Amino acid sequence: MIALAFTLILSACSKSSSSEPDNKKSSGKLEIFSWWTGAGEEDGLKALIKLFKEKNPDIPVENAAVAGGAGTNAKAVLASRMQGNDPPATFQVHGGAELNDGWVAAGKMEPLDDLYDKEGWKDKFPKQLIDMVSKDGKIYSVPVDIHRGNVLWYNKKVFADNNLQAPKTFDEFFKVADKLKAKGITPLALGDKEPWTATMIFENILLGTLGNEDYQKLWTGDLKFDDPKVKKAAETFKKMLSYVNDDHSSRNWQDASQLVAKGDAAMNIMGDWAKGYFVNDLKLKVNEDFGWVATPGSEGQFMIITDTFGLPKGVKNAKDVKQFLSLLGSVEGQDAFNPLKGSIPARTDADESKYDEYGKQTMKEFKEAKLAPSLAHGSAAPEGFVTKANQAVNIFVTQKNVDQLIDSLNQASSELKK
Amino acid sequence: MEPKVLPSFQSGSSLAVSAKKRKKWNVDQWLSFAFILPSIIAVAVFVYGFIAWSGYVSLSNWNSLVPDLSFAGLKNYLFLFKDFRFQADLRNTLFFTLFFILAVLFMGLLLAVFLDQKIRGESLFRNIFFFPMALSFIVTGVIWQWLLNPATGVNLFLKKFGLDSLWYTSVTVIPGIQWSKIQFGIPIAVIAVVIAAAWQMTGFSVAMYLAGLRAIPEEIREAARMDGATEFQIYRKIIFPMVAPITVSVVIIMAHISLKIFDLIYAMTGPGANFVTDVPGVYMFETTFRGNYYANGAAISIIMLLSVAIFIVPYLISSRKGES
Amino acid sequence: MAIRTVSRTILYLLLILLSLFYLMPVYVMLITSLKPLDQISLSEMWQLPHSLDFSSYQLAFEKLAPNFMNSIYLVIPATLLSALLGSLNGYVLSKWKFRGSDWIFTALLFGMFIPYQSILIPLIQFLREAGLYNTIPGLIFVHVVYGIPITTLMFRNFYASIPEEMIESAKIDGAGIFKIYQHIIIPLSITGFVVVGIWQFTNIWNEFLFAVTITTSSQQPIMVALQNLSGSQIVQWNVQMAGALLAALPTLLVYIFLGKFFVKGLLAGSVKG
Repeated sequence: MIALAFTLILSACSKSSSSEPDNKKSSGKLEIFSWWTGAGEEDGLKALIKLFKEKNPDIPVENAAVAGGAGTNAKAVLASRMQGNDPPATFQVHGGAELNDGWVAAGKMEPLDDLYDKEGWKDKFPKQLIDMVSKDGKIYSVPVDIHRGNVLWYNKKVFADNNLQAPKTFDEFFKVADKLKAKGITPLALGDKEPWTATMIFENILLGTLGNEDYQKLWTGDLKFDDPKVKKAAETFKKMLSYVNDDHSSRNWQDASQLVAKGDAAMNIMGDWAKGYFVNDLKLKVNEDFGWVATPGSEGQFMIITDTFGLPKGVKNAKDVKQFLSLLGSVEGQDAFNPLKGSIPARTDADESKYDEYGKQTMKEFKEAKLAPSLAHGSAAPEGFVTKANQAVNIFVTQKNVDQLIDSLNQASSELKK
Repeated sequence: MEPKVLPSFQSGSSLAVSAKKRKKWNVDQWLSFAFILPSIIAVAVFVYGFIAWSGYVSLSNWNSLVPDLSFAGLKNYLFLFKDFRFQADLRNTLFFTLFFILAVLFMGLLLAVFLDQKIRGESLFRNIFFFPMALSFIVTGVIWQWLLNPATGVNLFLKKFGLDSLWYTSVTVIPGIQWSKIQFGIPIAVIAVVIAAAWQMTGFSVAMYLAGLRAIPEEIREAARMDGATEFQIYRKIIFPMVAPITVSVVIIMAHISLKIFDLIYAMTGPGANFVTDVPGVYMFETTFRGNYYANGAAISIIMLLSVAIFIVPYLISSRKGES
Repeated sequence: MAIRTVSRTILYLLLILLSLFYLMPVYVMLITSLKPLDQISLSEMWQLPHSLDFSSYQLAFEKLAPNFMNSIYLVIPATLLSALLGSLNGYVLSKWKFRGSDWIFTALLFGMFIPYQSILIPLIQFLREAGLYNTIPGLIFVHVVYGIPITTLMFRNFYASIPEEMIESAKIDGAGIFKIYQHIIIPLSITGFVVVGIWQFTNIWNEFLFAVTITTSSQQPIMVALQNLSGSQIVQWNVQMAGALLAALPTLLVYIFLGKFFVKGLLAGSVKG
């Protein structure tokens, strides 16, 4: 009896290891993979899925969102599924290096040029944006939203009470910061429990110091990290760090934004998802309780973070996926999703009236500004470089050793040529 | 991960009998060998085989999404020993292990001696000290993160005594001597993790010591009392030496837990600013599964394995000899 | 005698103080989980909630329930299988020794001390090839395989206390290795199975590294989901504490009702008596 059970178990073990590969998920259902599980973004995704179901009632859809770690969990899950040749039907990926140097370079993505032609999208998205989702002349994904990374948020009441103007240059920033410090108000809120928040400050300083062209050259290896201009940016970063709250390393970005909301701190530098947090979670009013300007020196520039979706190689229901991507790229789809998420549409012909004051202004600026890919969010450089840059910045925040930072970035730059 | 119990290789009379028949393999022996063969194969493949495979990966160039198993020599190891983060990991692990073991030993012995005083409500007290062991390190991490948060919790008390409430996230390293790339010394933030870990694990050493104390015949104590020894002397001169071997066991169990610790730190502090609370387990996880540096991750895991093996292998072998 | 009374009093006082320290996290966890979010502030951290509010439990339950069930589906088969396997191995390695069996045993034991990071990368590759990646059966398989050393050890030491004469006389009666296991060993193993079962149940329930690396989203066990609670948007401490309590409940209940066996497992083989 026992022996029988035993052999059964063993054969069950060995059987299950040989006869199960057919239960992979990529078959029938249209699996939409993302890390949109937070308040506004989840609503946006659900609205999209609902819209899709109305139009395609016979295609079953599965929302495969992975929670936790601001996308890092999802990316790890995705990596292991792609390596196991078990890709989701379509997945969220930041335009730029994350897509091009990651999945496209690994030969895991199908080009979507035919879809772009069919839908007539090539002049609906900004050229610079299409370039971000293209490699070697082929387009690989459809951008659904745009976030801006170079935004300095400030508490309007604190600024008014102290007769201050929002700073536009580094000099102005430090003047304002000194005045605030003298009054006992933390000038700049930072929450770098996850180090990418500090990396965002640094990339914005780089953009403000180097200008768009040189900033972009950093990621192609045409400008070295030991360039005096980069060093100057690092010095500015160091100086800026002397104005942040003491407990920055125990806070996340939401905690840091709260400091600004409450008036304990005057400013913070964060992507414009912070607006969603201010408005939806903290119930603040746009341009009444809080204001915004481009980070010092970066006016007319747009640090872009764009969520895009593509078509992995080897999915069985490619037709359904394209059906979904058509909706994502349509005005209707973008306007269903973005107002809820608090982002702006990637298309330049979307319906402005659906967006709030911040959205309207940003949509306008998006059309005119020069785009710059974000390092912290994987658009500027491959994941390997981003990991190392985050480490170097994490160390720098404490050690404030400019040479060490430059040195680490220089060493890591070998990752860029891959 | 929960404490693994210690193997002691009891040499009961039963084992001695079968020892006589150990000369040649007969049908019975073949049969019994076949009985456990599946387990032997499983462990051979999934433990030893996979370790070998990890070792091979650690010598390869697989540091991106796409596997690349070309031979890279010791490149990954050399990288690690020059890496700020890994150097910090080694420092943190050293002090974490040291303080964690000391705390568990001290609290365990203290509480075991207390509980051994024939007190009323002993089982209640015992249960209070034991129950954290039934919890997951993740649960412990989540609770203590809340308790030690600089803006909340225990730190409010500490603040009243004028202590810096930021110690949990402090980047201070005492004394902070420059050593290679890092400041060498005791990272203050590590203490926070030690407190949480010791809270969870003290029960193990209490249980071990208590069992040891209970195994000491009452006659020995009586005899000492007759000779006029005080209770204190009895403990110091007679009882503590008798439970000394337990200390060795506790140290080895705790050391191997602390050298491979991952979940508690991952849930509680993460790598920390300037990597003050980072450990190899966390680094391995992040670099492999977040940064796609598989070969680097494999190298970290092999170093972890070696550091554990230094304790465990001699211990296993000596226990083995002790039995026969 | 007076000195004795004083020192007894101090002893009790110390014990009570230390107990309070050990209970403090539980106290804070309980009261925090029973407060609505707006009452969770520094100044009120240690105070009892004004009124009982179970909304955080409801929220935590909604978020964790599917993962809780995953853990149930994982832990029950994994515990049973690994206990059975351990019992077989322990039986052979204590009662049917062959030449070299002790060394095999030692080699098996090494497997319970290794940092699992050192087998993780090949393991994931293997599971993927086998189609077991991101499945509960895959996790069961992993826990059974890596549970072999500890369960074998516990059963081996447990069976060592069964007198050799019983086995010998059964052999004389013509019983073979199976028969003896079935008719003599199994009936005597109830305590062993309870101890090992509780041990494996606790370990597998609480395990995190395998869970977080082998399963994703909808397949994840409770501990990963609990950890992920803290990774999303605003940190809702009350929901997190409620979630922590939910996640800890099964092992705590096992401990409360079967604590004796739990401690036995802890000591199994570590000290005699």
